[in-house]
Amino acid sequence: MLFQPINKNYHDYRIERDKDLCINCKVCIRQCAYEAHFWDEARQKVRHDNTKCVGCHRCEALCPTGALCIRLNESEFRPNACWRPIFMKNIYKQADTGGVLLAGMGSPVDIPVYWDNLLLDASQVTNPSIDPLREPMELKTFLGSKPDRVEFAAPAKGKKGKPKLTTKLAPQIELNYPIMFSAMSFGSINFNLHVAMARAATELGICYNTGEGGLHKSLYKYGKNTIVQVASGRFGVHAEYLNAGAGIEIKIGQGAKPGIGGHLPGEKINEKVSETRMIPVGSDAISPAPHHDIYSIEDLHQLIFALKEASRYRVPVSVKIAAVHNVAAIASGIVRAGADIVAIDGMRGGTGAAPAMIRDNVGIPIELAIAAVDQRLRDEGIRNRASIIAAGGTRCSADVVKAIALGADACYIGTAALLAVGCTLCGKCYTGKCPWGIATNDSKLSKRQNPDIAARKMANLIRAWGHEIEEMLGGMGLNSIESLRGNRDKLRAVGLSSTEMDILGVKHAGR
Amino acid sequence: MKRVYPDKEYCIGCHLCELACITVHSKSQDLIIAYTQERLEDGLKACKRFQEKGPTCVALSCRHCDDPACVAACISGALQKDPETGATTYDIEKCVGCWSCLMACPYGAIQRHPTLNKIVKCDLCRDREGGPACVAACPNMALKFEER
Ligand code: SF4
Ligand code: SF4
Ligand code: SF4
Repeated sequence: MLFQPINKNYHDYRIERDKDLCINCKVCIRQCAYEAHFWDEARQKVRHDNTKCVGCHRCEALCPTGALCIRLNESEFRPNACWRPIFMKNIYKQADTGGVLLAGMGSPVDIPVYWDNLLLDASQVTNPSIDPLREPMELKTFLGSKPDRVEFAAPAKGKKGKPKLTTKLAPQIELNYPIMFSAMSFGSINFNLHVAMARAATELGICYNTGEGGLHKSLYKYGKNTIVQVASGRFGVHAEYLNAGAGIEIKIGQGAKPGIGGHLPGEKINEKVSETRMIPVGSDAISPAPHHDIYSIEDLHQLIFALKEASRYRVPVSVKIAAVHNVAAIASGIVRAGADIVAIDGMRGGTGAAPAMIRDNVGIPIELAIAAVDQRLRDEGIRNRASIIAAGGTRCSADVVKAIALGADACYIGTAALLAVGCTLCGKCYTGKCPWGIATNDSKLSKRQNPDIAARKMANLIRAWGHEIEEMLGGMGLNSIESLRGNRDKLRAVGLSSTEMDILGVKHAGR
Repeated sequence: MKRVYPDKEYCIGCHLCELACITVHSKSQDLIIAYTQERLEDGLKACKRFQEKGPTCVALSCRHCDDPACVAACISGALQKDPETGATTYDIEKCVGCWSCLMACPYGAIQRHPTLNKIVKCDLCRDREGGPACVAACPNMALKFEER
């Protein structure tokens, strides 16, 4: 404790180094972005400072002899159900700094994860299940506004031929899987991962979302598999950008921080980010909390149509909002304002940086939001006018299946994609020193993501989930993801109250 | 011929390639013994040399040049060009430790043996199934063993 602040020893992690295995090779020293390991010249060996460890496990992963184990520091305060250690430590921290508590990644707080209380159905005896390895199985998904009805013209009298579709269809985004990589801006994550997402999305026939940081020139070639985002900061937005992708998304809110804007610190604005965002090197990139031209549904309507106009009505326009209390009514307004897609980001969604109080206390879980929105749009007879994307806290293919059964058309995955390339959810994204080379633009750290490896891992993940989704669909006797959409009869609840089941629109297991 | 090519864009400076190199060139074939004993007692040394400047780093080793300056400079015939594989081979028995090759190599890829009057140089892990150990050990695919 010598020369240290008084609460320095209340650290979160403990580094265990197995003396028999450690060869003092210094690999851990080079890997730790927080300088927790160091070379002790006097003792001629590698040592560590537990207080600096953030629990990212990078050193453990790369130690060639497996000598390291990162553990939670088990020092315990007197148990108190109200004053849990996290609250105590936060107070010590704030008493020292006088600042807002910052956090990275999705909220770790214990708010019900409804996916875990929902179970899927399977066919037995009366309706046959389908083997996806032997029979065709369709995961193809189209995002965009669907017509109220379709009209055909019969071939002229006496002439042969097929009837012709006369209804004009709205533009659609075509996806081979009902999954996309969600908006993670260039700046919040680095260029290497944008390249990787773009390549993986192209290979898979899905889309990735640029996030609010614009699109680097060299990535325009992946445009067919890109959704370009327009957020309140309008970074990197220009006519060419709006026409570069397969869709445009207006970002109103983010699940991890509903109601507040963003702040990318100047240190993260290097040459490439500056060029893409169209702001000077080293200047802070501040996204205001609201769009300063949107104060009503009518204003949103104007922006939607301004963007449609700018892109000559070639691509669908999506509006992304955070899941908040009145999400169903808001979504209805968004659809009526002309959006072709409504993306809803639940409170477990990830973030590069957010005030911890907002992230952990604002918003509602995505499961309830999807069910409420789908039901509301159906009740109002406008469900066909927009697709729904569920975002925030999709952990596995079963979550995707459940989201679709609750009424989503597709899911955005962000955290899962980052986990695929090494993220360990240490939550230190806001420091700009991501040890896994993800949430950082530091030239030394971002090299840790080789796009060749990252693209392969992301593509593998989606393919694996695709296989599992096919298995689950087949088991339910369905041969297309379309037949699952909003099909809540395929879901049953366990351990939920009747209010929860009412909102989710599902019966209890056994019923 | 297939050579080991380093990629400075993605070399993360972890030095794991060096550890792989000394392991496969050790008597024990065991990283812990190789590093803590053979390295100190027998002067076991990695054939790779690390260059680092600012954020850029790269692990260099013998390029197995088509027209190797080291072979031309070698006074004892210890360094040869293998006509079949194309590799630049080294015969430790013949080496007299004159360091001519060391000065001739334009890449600085040849190093002095820490204890013997000999050199240390990449042999492309000749006898290793699965090719060069450094390439296999690189966690970021920053070393590639390929035809270019
Ligand atoms: S990387 Fe592992 S073996 Fe090397 S010094 Fe660190 S703990 Fe020891
Ligand atoms: S911060 Fe990460 S790399 Fe550093 S000691 Fe802790 S787990 Fe290891
Ligand atoms: S992105 Fe990096 S900093 Fe953020 S949680 Fe993952 S590993 Fe930690």
